[in-house]
Amino acid sequence: MRIPVSWLRDHVALPEGCAAPTVAQIADAFVQAGLEVEAVHQLGPVSGPLVVGRVQEIEELTGFAKPIRYCLVDDGEPAPRGVICGATNFAVGDLVVLARPGTVLPGNFAIAARTAYGRTSDGMICSAAELRIGDDHTGIVVLPADAAAPGDSAVEVLGLDDAVIELAITPDRGYCLSARGLARELAIAFDVDYVDPGLREVPQTHAAGWPVRVEDQHGCRRFLIRQVSGLDASAETPWWMRRRLQLAGMRPISLAVDVTNYVMLELGQPMHAFDASKVDGDLVVRRATEGEKLTTLDGVCRELDPDDMVICDSTGPVSLAAVMGGESTEIGPQTTSLLLEAAIWDPASVARTARRHKLPSEAARRFERGVDPALPPVAAELAATLLTRYGGGEILPGRTDVGTSAKRVSVVMPIDLPDRVAGRTYERGATVHRLSQIGCAVQVGGDDGTTTLTVAAPSWRPDLTQPADLVEEVLRLEGYDTIPSELPPAPPGRGLTATQRRRRAISRALAGAGYVEVLPSPFVSASTWDALGLPEVDPWRRTVRLLNPLESDRDELATTLLPGLLEALVRNVARGQRDVALYGMAQVVQPQTNAAAMPDPGVLGRPSDAEVAALIGALPAQPLHVGTVLAGQWERPGWWGPGRSVTWADAVQAAFLVGHVAGVELAVRAVAKPPWHPGRCAQLQVDGQPVGFAGELHPAVVEALGLPPRTCAMELDVDALPLTDRHPAPVVSPYPPVLQDIALVVDAAVPAAELTATLRRGAGELLEDVRLFDVYTGDQIGVGNRSLAFALRFRAPDRTLTAAEATAARDAAVTAAVETHGATLRS
Amino acid sequence: MSGPNDAYDPKQVAALTPETLAQAVEDAEKAFAQAADLEELAAVKPAHLGDRSPLLTARREIGALPPKARAEAGKRLNSSRTAVQSAFDQRRAALGVERDARTLRGEAVDVTLPWDRVPVGARHPITALCERIADVFIAMGYEVAEGPELEAEWFNFDALNFPKDHPARTMQDSFYVAPEGSGMVLRTHTSPVQIRALLERKLPVYVVCPGRTFRTDALDATHTPVFHQIEGLAVDKGITMAHLKGTLDAFARAMFGDTSRIRLRPSFFPFTEPSAEPDVWFPEKKGGPGWVEWGGCGMVNPSVLRACGIDPDVYSGFAFGMGIERTLMFRNGIADMRDMVEGDVRFTRAFGMEA
Repeated sequence: MRIPVSWLRDHVALPEGCAAPTVAQIADAFVQAGLEVEAVHQLGPVSGPLVVGRVQEIEELTGFAKPIRYCLVDDGEPAPRGVICGATNFAVGDLVVLARPGTVLPGNFAIAARTAYGRTSDGMICSAAELRIGDDHTGIVVLPADAAAPGDSAVEVLGLDDAVIELAITPDRGYCLSARGLARELAIAFDVDYVDPGLREVPQTHAAGWPVRVEDQHGCRRFLIRQVSGLDASAETPWWMRRRLQLAGMRPISLAVDVTNYVMLELGQPMHAFDASKVDGDLVVRRATEGEKLTTLDGVCRELDPDDMVICDSTGPVSLAAVMGGESTEIGPQTTSLLLEAAIWDPASVARTARRHKLPSEAARRFERGVDPALPPVAAELAATLLTRYGGGEILPGRTDVGTSAKRVSVVMPIDLPDRVAGRTYERGATVHRLSQIGCAVQVGGDDGTTTLTVAAPSWRPDLTQPADLVEEVLRLEGYDTIPSELPPAPPGRGLTATQRRRRAISRALAGAGYVEVLPSPFVSASTWDALGLPEVDPWRRTVRLLNPLESDRDELATTLLPGLLEALVRNVARGQRDVALYGMAQVVQPQTNAAAMPDPGVLGRPSDAEVAALIGALPAQPLHVGTVLAGQWERPGWWGPGRSVTWADAVQAAFLVGHVAGVELAVRAVAKPPWHPGRCAQLQVDGQPVGFAGELHPAVVEALGLPPRTCAMELDVDALPLTDRHPAPVVSPYPPVLQDIALVVDAAVPAAELTATLRRGAGELLEDVRLFDVYTGDQIGVGNRSLAFALRFRAPDRTLTAAEATAARDAAVTAAVETHGATLRS
Repeated sequence: MSGPNDAYDPKQVAALTPETLAQAVEDAEKAFAQAADLEELAAVKPAHLGDRSPLLTARREIGALPPKARAEAGKRLNSSRTAVQSAFDQRRAALGVERDARTLRGEAVDVTLPWDRVPVGARHPITALCERIADVFIAMGYEVAEGPELEAEWFNFDALNFPKDHPARTMQDSFYVAPEGSGMVLRTHTSPVQIRALLERKLPVYVVCPGRTFRTDALDATHTPVFHQIEGLAVDKGITMAHLKGTLDAFARAMFGDTSRIRLRPSFFPFTEPSAEPDVWFPEKKGGPGWVEWGGCGMVNPSVLRACGIDPDVYSGFAFGMGIERTLMFRNGIADMRDMVEGDVRFTRAFGMEA
């Protein structure tokens, strides 16, 4: 909402002269009242003799590269003034803006008499750009004939001492989308008189107006028609109104359109004008019917929805109510008779229609926020009066007014509620005073010692429906800066939960291990699943889809962190990084197969436990995942020696690190799972349940996504890891260990993890640790075999172990390996 | 050479005279001092402490002394030997230190050689700041509450007093998910966690909710469709707007130093009434200390309490919320939102483990 300060002064008795508040003070008053100031546009500044002049004579000078005029301009002084001008968009008799020598225009542009093109130019005829009232450099400003007389101050005529304040109005303050509402706030802020233009008396009428039938009184609460006829179709909008509309950010179009716009900005009542000669028969206000169509003012033929409110005549819909008028009854250059519509529509219905047809108009914006239901007669009267004043003709005697101004609803509130909410005591009478200022009717009452207020909100404040709403009014007008600052009594907190501590620990551990955290995007394109080589039935492809994605091809919610992580990896590589190790932690969205429909338990009270469970149960599972991606070299080459490229094992190690931090032992099993390399993918398990994957990516995936060769990745479902809140203490034996190494030859297909588990099982309790320290393949041990060398550490908890005991345990381990895997002991 | 029973003749046992012994000690001390290293010291040792050294030779002469003189001569001899041995030990220790120092000097390296063999990781400043803010409130007795990102509209809007078809709902530019009318939305703020907390927890409730949020703003220097908020909620008996202000003041001091504080401007949010927007006094503001817009806040709307089954005549509460990206931008001088989104390791590494 853009509003010139001069317009506000029509209604607010702001101090004048040196006591006048500055624009900054006015803007600040709005901010303190809860209206966000987006910008302040100060016009001008102009000093010196900038006046209105009338062109008397034009002499076209020839012989120059561009057209040059020497003009004689009547500027109210006895003799006309001679001025050189390069523009040609004016004629003899036009009113122009003349800067006499001594004028300083915006931008410190000083005007002096000078010689040019062989003449003396005694001033300058100004363009819109030079006056900073528009961007147009090409021509000079030509004022309407009625704007002023030669010699008048152009600063006043153009409002160059004015300022425009641009405000963002929150949805609860619809009344502030008008000069009327803003002026009221300003009057309260400066504690000065205010005359409410929305409370003007309108004359009684007894004649019948245009016949109207409202068939849907929920969608249309009030519908008023006033008719004006005999208008001069060529009448122009007066200069002052055009100027105000321009400053408010609207383009002047024609008298009828300008007047309805002006009334909307002045009072907040959107209006529509029909060409009465094009309306056929009674007006009917109703919902549209299936299949009905309407061509709106913008020339678009729209298919109407049965939820849309429309205004019809005998031919069918002629206006999309509250949103946009119809083409068939549009006012044009020949229009002399108007039906002025001022109506009150259901805000929710208007919101749906505006959204459905993508027509967020100024009118819809006001109706959605609620228009004062008492306004239609005042607004229609003002519009009709302005039209006949500037366009001639007459207001027809009848007035159609269907529906009513809604009853004021009273709110009862303890008088000390503002004190209790603010945490301070306001001066006696402050609450009643403030509520009266905003237009409430306040009655003081109460019994048994508690004073209560019965407050009827004014018709323009549909937002005041409960005591808390009234409290806000009192607190904001008394000033939020008068509320004290104190801390509430602190409850004993329990700190972070085990899950939250674990999440932090995992993040710190991965960062400490050399991974850089990124925030993977949750939006994925379906083509990514193809690039990852996923089969059609892969669970990652079962996604929740966005209805309104920002990028149309990225409309799926991530079921895995890998696409987002790999995207960040590619970006880093593209920016010149070679060795990249990234991690991310985020929720993923896994839709359920047979999700129940989302219930709607309403908001009048607490939903039942079953309803809460149904709400939560209808949502997809959204576990927290952690993922890493890595490429290039893990250890870099340098003065210490060669480097080492990342391998599948680094990805597995990252998974083990997460497991270690979480206090969970992960088991590993070889699987083939896209997008990993079929021979280099580890499935990570807890108690036999898969919790993630790690390894090297499939070369085809690397190729398809443009990744560095041998890129590796890991992803774990953190929420699937059992929570270890308390770790049991181990027994630490102080006795010396016995160390024994063995090498076993087994079929190369036997996984090391299984052989290790067998050794552990076979060796029994004396085995403290088993570590694989070498893997060998070669001719000596036969094709298809490999030799795995283990270091076994034996120790007893309560005595020094003898070599014989250790050897017996070792032999038992070997025997188990021989029996289970057909291993042979290498000597 | 005298026999054991010969008469005492001091001149015959010249090796035991005080002068001779003193000379032997002096010679030894001189020889040890002249040894340049442990090898040379070892080489001269036999001449002064060996079997044929003057002192050991003299010891063998003791028997030649008359019994009365033996004790005195023995004492003299012992103290001379102790002197020589001590001179040797001292010299050996000194030469040992010298040798060790020389060895260490020889093992010296250029410790300024670069060490970038293994990668250096880092946490994202968004994560770090979320934790830091949560810790401020945990210290005040709050707990951290969480919820899902794809949320029921009931939690994200209805229970927060956003009426259906109200402009406040469209103000939030939500991402909706298929099918049409699914009743689900990517949460547009962390406020639905407030509702979950009020339904799940016993009163009083003091929680903060950090998390990822979503709105349909295209990515540019000042907007991102995926961003983070932290929200606080306190519902208790007798909670006032003064408590809200005091809590935000304490929060501001914890984040921006002791001179920081909050001022409130009236505003509108469906789930708070009265509502306000806080400005925080930021001493390190670009161009000089000043106020910076910092989120939204207010007293929990009684309609919200009612939707959670809480009697607004008994309990009241306050809530506040801030954008983490926005806070980082002014606090750490980040000029472009995209830096926090793109995951460039050069950006994130600069923060290390904390923001």
